[in-house]
Amino acid sequence: MTDTASKPGQTEVWITGIGLATSLGEGLDANWAALQEKRINVDEKGFAPYIVHPLMPVSFDSQIPKKGDQRQMEAWQRIGTYAAGLALDSAGIKGNKDILSKIDMVVAAGGGERDLNVDTGVLTAEAKGANAPGFLNERLMSDLRPTLFLAQLSNLLAGNIAIVHGLGGTSRTFMGEEVAGADAARIALARIASGESDIALVGGSHNGERKDLLVLYEFGDFNLKDKFAPVWARKDHAGFALGSAGAFLVLESRAHAEARGAKPFAKLSSVVADLARRKQPGDTAATLEKLWAKLPKREGKGAIITGATGAEPATSEERGFLKGHADFPVRSTGTMFGHTMETQFPLGIALAALSISRGALFPPNDSTGTEIEMQGAPTQIVVVGAGHWRGEGMALVEAVG
Amino acid sequence: MTAPRDKFGRPVVVVTGMGIMTSLGAGKADNWAKLVAGESGIRTITRFPVEGLKTTMAGTVDFVSVDPFSSTGLSERMAEIVTQEALEQAGIGAKADFPGPLFLAVAPVEVEWPQRRELGRAVGAQDFNYDDLLRISGGGKYSAYHHRFMFGSVAAHLAETFGTKGSPISLSTACASGATSIQLGVEAIRRGETDAALCVATDGTVNPEALVRFSLLSALSTQNDPPQAASRPFSKNRDGFVMAEGAGALVLESYEAATARGAKILGVIAGCGELTDSFHRTRSSPDGKPIIGCMNKTLADAGMTPDQIDHINAHGTATPENDKMEFNTTSAVFGELAQKIPVTSNKSMVGHTISAAGAVEAIFSLLTLEHQRIPPTINYETPDPTILFNVVGNTARDARVTAVMSNSFGFGGQNASLILTREPA
Repeated sequence: MTDTASKPGQTEVWITGIGLATSLGEGLDANWAALQEKRINVDEKGFAPYIVHPLMPVSFDSQIPKKGDQRQMEAWQRIGTYAAGLALDSAGIKGNKDILSKIDMVVAAGGGERDLNVDTGVLTAEAKGANAPGFLNERLMSDLRPTLFLAQLSNLLAGNIAIVHGLGGTSRTFMGEEVAGADAARIALARIASGESDIALVGGSHNGERKDLLVLYEFGDFNLKDKFAPVWARKDHAGFALGSAGAFLVLESRAHAEARGAKPFAKLSSVVADLARRKQPGDTAATLEKLWAKLPKREGKGAIITGATGAEPATSEERGFLKGHADFPVRSTGTMFGHTMETQFPLGIALAALSISRGALFPPNDSTGTEIEMQGAPTQIVVVGAGHWRGEGMALVEAVG
Repeated sequence: MTAPRDKFGRPVVVVTGMGIMTSLGAGKADNWAKLVAGESGIRTITRFPVEGLKTTMAGTVDFVSVDPFSSTGLSERMAEIVTQEALEQAGIGAKADFPGPLFLAVAPVEVEWPQRRELGRAVGAQDFNYDDLLRISGGGKYSAYHHRFMFGSVAAHLAETFGTKGSPISLSTACASGATSIQLGVEAIRRGETDAALCVATDGTVNPEALVRFSLLSALSTQNDPPQAASRPFSKNRDGFVMAEGAGALVLESYEAATARGAKILGVIAGCGELTDSFHRTRSSPDGKPIIGCMNKTLADAGMTPDQIDHINAHGTATPENDKMEFNTTSAVFGELAQKIPVTSNKSMVGHTISAAGAVEAIFSLLTLEHQRIPPTINYETPDPTILFNVVGNTARDARVTAVMSNSFGFGGQNASLILTREPA
């Protein structure tokens, strides 16, 4: 029940769990080590000329013990259900029925992969002259796996997480590419800060190793081709390299965390988001500046972790915005993890919290000078996300005082 | 004077504008007239060939044209029309300047068959694979399809058209999506983040693959002839739901803001609740506990007891499992009242508008409160003897209605309920 005695913003919200399964590895240590070593995992051949960041193989059995559950999911759901399990483990609430029965889930999701054989089978048969009125219907009725639909439905990522990990609170799925990840964190934070919720699982997952997605983004010429380069070095070779990743966070009111003795990685102080019209040059940069001004005052040792995609003109606009805040060392998750779409913003929050808890920002990986070294421990990290087409979000992650 | 707040001290959330579209027609007046007359919007599909399909009827919206046609395009156009209607009624803000955020329930988006076929033809060969499709996708020829098939495209279009504030949220909680969009708006107003919210739900996805998908899960009615008799909630011979299209839009405001600007108050969103079922991807937990919990949470959120609810706008999909489960769970919450409170399912007439259903049915519930008349559940010829609801069968019923519970349950364990009242409690 809502406690209206506490005013919005009064309750401190902690990040008490992080789950990562990415192209760099699974778990916090493996990802942190890869970041320290500036190790990037790209596949330049499997989808050539397109470049993707493939998932580092994981043993799904450890988080999704029933093979039957695994079979009911496509890769994006398995990655997400796996990462969600890691987050619950990290927060120390895996299997804790009291907490899991009330946890609120806000998931940022796209959709599941298509059966490429069915699609090409229909199209080539039509190219060869199949033109009976019911041809498509008959092929779909006979060729589609009955449960494939459930592996494609956006809200079934949350559904699978609930089933596999026994979550029985509430469940909301936000769609809308990159900014869905920011909005998921924004709404979960608002609900906890206002007392509507005590604890929430927030995040997303993405399978970047999908030709149907490459087709979708190729419509807009957004895919990075031929040769990998860091996000900031793509100005004359624009585009994003899709990445596979699951990133989940456990957000919790300070009181709830303290009552169960949970330690925070960091606190999530603010999440803001907007929709620039992007009709005129400068619209995106102006919106990022507006969001920056909305965040609480930055007085500590700050840094920026951005999900800049490498797509233009959004990335150039963002570079302009970053130049105005050159005293903040910048790190790009797009360079290291690829573009994981709905997952990029939760991934940014996760890495911000991890950096704060480990007392160091991970090293730069950039030849253009946009990313500079940082000495000392960051106490405030701004997470930035400007969608490749629409949507802008920003979050402030801070050390717990 | 202090702002009217509910018994928990939160701002009371009222409705000041509504817009609706279903297979029955466009707008509140047309829909309401046909709904209380017991008309069905279900018809044999003419939009695409139905050969080879087990289910050949649906509640399509055929009177709205979209060119080039896509389900997402239809969803967007319907959303635009119902939003326009809601804003005109509310008289809020200025043109293209709505003073609050947008919460949009929308079906998941993907590239559709007409566009995929266009791509296939463009390859210009008889034998090809996905790489060949990929090779010809770039270069700008299909850039409009990128925009069209972004999940956020419908919300972005509405936000730009109507000038909603901040980042619009596109959401899916399957068949509960419409209710969730309202819940998000209610919460934003209760938190004091905004005085107004635009909650829209839309679904235009009657296309061959969507129909096949539900068919393969054995969820759809196959009683194709006559199509008007296919959707039979609470009947012994019900055999599944009927896919349908539609949209609903609600302007929500704090009571304080609405009265300050002299707006007419159409009703109150007194309570919202949701609860996840982790039992199965498509089936409810056999003990019904998550649905029971959802209804109880909603009553608690409204600060009401079961005896204060005098009408239930049921989820009532007409699948064998849903209707039985809905009666059992309602009985667990309402006791003997479950057999006395008049219950109806709008889906008997408009079909299941999937992502839009929660909002469409909330609007019908508010119209029920306004007119003090409960629309019928048509095709109620052979009542299921195990479902002892007081079903408003076949003909509309005048009744004193002060508080309606509207239920939505969906795949993925999504359960959401709303309580709507005429006046602030």
